[in-house]
Amino acid sequence: MENVSFGASQSLSFDLSSATVRQLNQHLHSPATELADQHVEVFNPDGAHNLAVGINAPVKVTIHGHAGYYAAGMNKFADVTIEGSASTGAAENMMSGKVHIKGFASNSAGASAHGGLLVIDGDAGLRCGISLKGGDIVVGGSVGSFSGFMAQAGRMVVCGHAGDALGDSLYEAVIYVRGDIKSLGADAQIEPLLDADISALTQLLQDAGFEHDPHSFKRVASARTLYHWNADAEQEY
Amino acid sequence: MCGIVGLLLKTPSLRGQLGELMVPMLIGMTERGPDSAGLAVFSQPLPEGQRKISVYSGLTPEADRYDWSSLVGSLNEALKVSATAQLKGNHAVITFEGDVDPVKDWLKAFNPKLHLLSAGRSIDLYKDIGTPSQVAARYGFNQLSGSHLVGHTRMATESAVTPDRAHPFTAGEDFCLVHNGSLSNPNGIRRMLEPRGIKFETDNDTEAACRFLEWRLREGDDLQGALQKGFEALDGFYTFLMGTSTELALIRDPFACKPAVVAETDDYVAIASEFRSLAHLPDIQHATVFEPAPEEMYVWKT
Repeated sequence: MENVSFGASQSLSFDLSSATVRQLNQHLHSPATELADQHVEVFNPDGAHNLAVGINAPVKVTIHGHAGYYAAGMNKFADVTIEGSASTGAAENMMSGKVHIKGFASNSAGASAHGGLLVIDGDAGLRCGISLKGGDIVVGGSVGSFSGFMAQAGRMVVCGHAGDALGDSLYEAVIYVRGDIKSLGADAQIEPLLDADISALTQLLQDAGFEHDPHSFKRVASARTLYHWNADAEQEY
Repeated sequence: MCGIVGLLLKTPSLRGQLGELMVPMLIGMTERGPDSAGLAVFSQPLPEGQRKISVYSGLTPEADRYDWSSLVGSLNEALKVSATAQLKGNHAVITFEGDVDPVKDWLKAFNPKLHLLSAGRSIDLYKDIGTPSQVAARYGFNQLSGSHLVGHTRMATESAVTPDRAHPFTAGEDFCLVHNGSLSNPNGIRRMLEPRGIKFETDNDTEAACRFLEWRLREGDDLQGALQKGFEALDGFYTFLMGTSTELALIRDPFACKPAVVAETDDYVAIASEFRSLAHLPDIQHATVFEPAPEEMYVWKT
């Protein structure tokens, strides 16, 4: 195929101005033993949807440009870098591995991620980390409203500001915010940073490549008042 | 779904290429809106005292063989004007001296099946059912010139797939609006506006938003003021892109339910539902690309 070219050892590139997303994804779904340690480069992504979704192998992928919806969704083991921005649902339901978005990410980045690390250098839109189930998300910029909504497990680090209703109906995920929080959601509360938080933040910031003093973050976690039905609340949350 | 595109050329020398630059943007939104497409293009305004209207004959039995020259003849005789028409099949831009309202009323009486698409000094409007590429080819969108435009590809959810329910919608003069999303209170808006003498032409939810905002502008609000009242009055999901003779304006609902992305260079501001529609634009690699925030107003002037 002309539009798919092998470079020096273990490097392969897909030019999506002629190759299809299906060709790219089918290659990325090859047996893990074949993909291991390969570097797959994607040129002219031009906002296409579903780039590098469903990978189940320790392969390195670089997307040179802007990605559309659900980029690197359901990732397992792979290390995916998006040089531009990503649209709705980037790294949704990630299981493991790493996804690094160098630009901004739109709504629902890292939604329901079970594991792995999502790094967004720019801002993230609304509902970042919604229903997080154990993954880690580090955002260099700010996050929009309703981020961390119903997040069950995992950690979110926001180096900028957070919008309205941060951590609404949080379960056991923990959110760290360096900037201002426009408003907390129901049952989310600011808690003191403990030693364990400082070491977690130190590690996450290092893994994500950001240099901030971990002591400059606030910890947001669940007050756990919604865990049990309260008949006296009269729907006043 | 639905797709939105907008393009404002800052560099006057590019204005001849407005259509050529826009057609791939519109076609890029085909998956979001395959059933209808349309656009409003704004160009150098006519002299004060002149007006133009875009009229659609696709709903008449003659459709694209409509006898426009006989219509213009009758119009001139009846209203003692010297109207001229530029024709593209089932579509005509009719230019005349004087006010719009008498011509509008005459047109409605002359043939109720003719559909008035737009009126003003700088707006021309084309919309029809079909895929974006079919509609673009039908009206020669790639030949269009002007300073800015607002385009739309439709996947109908709230009303039927017909040419008059395609976007953009217009109200008053030199104002249009396209919508991605759905409103939950269009009938309430309508019940509020109709007693004020504002007439609706379809049952489409977007028409309510369009007429509401144009009513606010006519009541003396500036664009920002009108949009602020829009945030308060309009309930539902929306990304709205609006055009006036000198501006493009964009707002998104507080939940940012519907997408939008903007690319800006020294030469242009381009807006689309998704980056896919911006990828082909010249020098896009060096454009400032950003996602407009919810409940913020973005206004770009020519």
